[in-house]
Amino acid sequence: MLGWELPPHNAGGMGVACYHLAKALASRGMKIDFMLPAAPAPFDIDFMDVHEVKDHQFEDIKKLTYSDDVHSIFKVQDKYLAQVHHYARTEEPPDVIHAHDWLTLRAGMLAKQLMNRPLVAQVHATEFDRSGGGYGNPIIHEIEQHGLMMADKIIAVSHYTKQVIMEQYGIPADKIDVLHNGFSLDDLAAADEVSYKYLDMLHEMGYTIVSTIGRLTLQKGLTHFLEGCAKAAEKHEKLCFVLAGDGEQRDELIARAAELGIGDKTIFTGFVRGSAWRKIYDLSDIFVMSSISEPFGITALEAAAHYTPIIITKSSGAAEVLGHALTYDYWDTDRLGQCIVDVATSLGLAKQMAEDTYAELDTLSWSSLADKCISTYQKAAIGDHIL
Amino acid sequence: MSKRDIIFYLHIHQPFRVQPYTVFDIGENQNYFLGHEERTDNEAIFHKVAKKSYYPMIALLKKLIATYPNFALNLSVSGLFLEQCEQWDTELLKELQGLIATGRVEVLAETYHHTLSFFYSRFEFEKQVYMHREAIEKYFGKTPRYFRNTELAYNNDLANWVEEAGYKGVLAEGWDPVLGWKSPHYLYRPRTANDIILFMKDYHLSDDLAFRYSDRTWNEWPLTPAKYRSWIEKLPEEEKLINLFMDFETFGEHQWSDTGIFDFFEDFAGGWCEDGNSFLTLDEAANAYEPVGTIDMPYIVTWADNERDLSAWTGNPMQRTAIEGVYALENEILRCGDDQLIRDWRALQTSDHYYYMCTKWFTDGSVHAYFSPYSSPYDGYLYVMNALRDIRYRLYALKRRGID
Repeated sequence: MLGWELPPHNAGGMGVACYHLAKALASRGMKIDFMLPAAPAPFDIDFMDVHEVKDHQFEDIKKLTYSDDVHSIFKVQDKYLAQVHHYARTEEPPDVIHAHDWLTLRAGMLAKQLMNRPLVAQVHATEFDRSGGGYGNPIIHEIEQHGLMMADKIIAVSHYTKQVIMEQYGIPADKIDVLHNGFSLDDLAAADEVSYKYLDMLHEMGYTIVSTIGRLTLQKGLTHFLEGCAKAAEKHEKLCFVLAGDGEQRDELIARAAELGIGDKTIFTGFVRGSAWRKIYDLSDIFVMSSISEPFGITALEAAAHYTPIIITKSSGAAEVLGHALTYDYWDTDRLGQCIVDVATSLGLAKQMAEDTYAELDTLSWSSLADKCISTYQKAAIGDHIL
Repeated sequence: MSKRDIIFYLHIHQPFRVQPYTVFDIGENQNYFLGHEERTDNEAIFHKVAKKSYYPMIALLKKLIATYPNFALNLSVSGLFLEQCEQWDTELLKELQGLIATGRVEVLAETYHHTLSFFYSRFEFEKQVYMHREAIEKYFGKTPRYFRNTELAYNNDLANWVEEAGYKGVLAEGWDPVLGWKSPHYLYRPRTANDIILFMKDYHLSDDLAFRYSDRTWNEWPLTPAKYRSWIEKLPEEEKLINLFMDFETFGEHQWSDTGIFDFFEDFAGGWCEDGNSFLTLDEAANAYEPVGTIDMPYIVTWADNERDLSAWTGNPMQRTAIEGVYALENEILRCGDDQLIRDWRALQTSDHYYYMCTKWFTDGSVHAYFSPYSSPYDGYLYVMNALRDIRYRLYALKRRGID
């Protein structure tokens, strides 16, 4: 399996998904060689063999992963390709090669060429998503295009993503299997002493806390989010909005909140992780995921796990699995505003949504995902056979 | 060549800059103004500016006063600056007292906390002016007779207030749209307040020193005393009074010592006095000259940026969100009975905080950026907002304790 990161050295949700998928596959008796582009490998992994590229440190490449600095990412990938060469020379070829996103697709294609084994490409996010529904970086787009064509099977993390792969990359539907991510409460760091006393105070004063968590970047649709919040605040005064995370849109969003007249009600926490991150879910009365294009959206599930009512955009994978969330089109700020007010002013609605959404999480186990993944592997191998 | 007079006015102030204060600090600590992050370490900045500007300039001014009986100056000192002297450098306070004790310095009235409160709460404004007067009387044994508002922010309303409060005069920016065809080189009376005198800053000659002196891209660089003198002498014969108003920190801090600013001023002032011209206090000027007309300023005029309005402090929505949020707490704060809380709230009104949030990037952006302790206006805004939220939190905690 060609991975890019594993917890705790992860910049995004892909590392978490890889970890759980590999673990569930291993428990089905599969032997996994897991490649990483940097060191150190997480010390507590005993269910698979991790092969890390020692020339890079995770601390150094983490920042790169979501940056525009494609040239530097290429350099890291080149070492990663060398590792694949080394593997092909020294190890028995695997039954199947499993790559994740454009970051490891070059390596996936190379491995397929060198070892002549079927390639399964799993898509957690495309360049189309990252650019907020545009073409994005043409070099990355081309690598994705190339890799998706060369793959024997494709795993999409949602029907939404399958649609994107079909429409934006021209891949036929029958080559793509949809495997929704699993979800495990164990992934959440324990909430500890980190405090948000101001939010506690607002709660006591009868305020409703509306939060969103994620990178402050175009893909997340946060300018629309703020506009929806402003419309909600016009109808219902006791609202407070929390944006947790950092990103290149930060300054624009800070200025926009002030411009919309909700500067005082909008709190920017900056980058948060671990317990400070989890605490935000705890404190939220409503969680909004406003992404313009979101292949899956793990934060919505994490929020649901904290009994929080969820409002999410239709253009997200999470909307497919959370049937009890309120959904809206990302540009429909009137509806977002109305949804926030409805949930904030109706305790009954909020409670029912939270309970029903929580119950839905049970259906999202990593072990059932592993079964489906194995079936995709088999289809890829058969396809390879026929050819 | 007939003789001329200069009114030389300097303003001394240091804010308590807000630390990088995050949402996680709210309710946990109240150290908005305390900390040792390099760019917001108020104590370290105070010592740095004291060394670069306050000590050497006070020494130079004393020397000029001792040498030339016709040298004098006018000075305003913010209350927060005096607090910082008390806390960190009482020696400097003595130097300043010594300068004022020469008797050749007119000390002006202003708001203690260097705020724009005049435009937000008249009640709070008067309290701050009162606090400032107490401080000036305590430290310098003088009662101010002339008024300068923070950032020279002025309009007819302010003139009316100054007159009613019993001051003899007030300072303002001699901005062209206000003066029209008139010259700043005379005394005026505000149109709506005929008992007081209005002193208009000559912003060309003032800003030549304050902003342009060391600018190598300026076509007049390098500025010599002789060249500067020649500009004054080229003025029409009948324009006798030159008002040079600027920050004290112009000398040594905005213009560093190695630009030659101290030598420049010593040579210029010495030459000016030796040739029989004078530097006057505001009061001497008020006695020596008659006002020649009235000035009408219905709109607010300040001494900052190309706009010369309040936009440097309240021009963007972040600035307005923050400053309006602070003043909105007035009634609750003043009734809370917690002196420290009131002090912190007042220190948060200081205009500098809002200046740092300015997002005008072009000609004035570099001036804002030079003075800002933050990496961006957005950071400055977030920190002030979080400090404001902590003040709210403290009010809430007090109230809850009262109920329990």
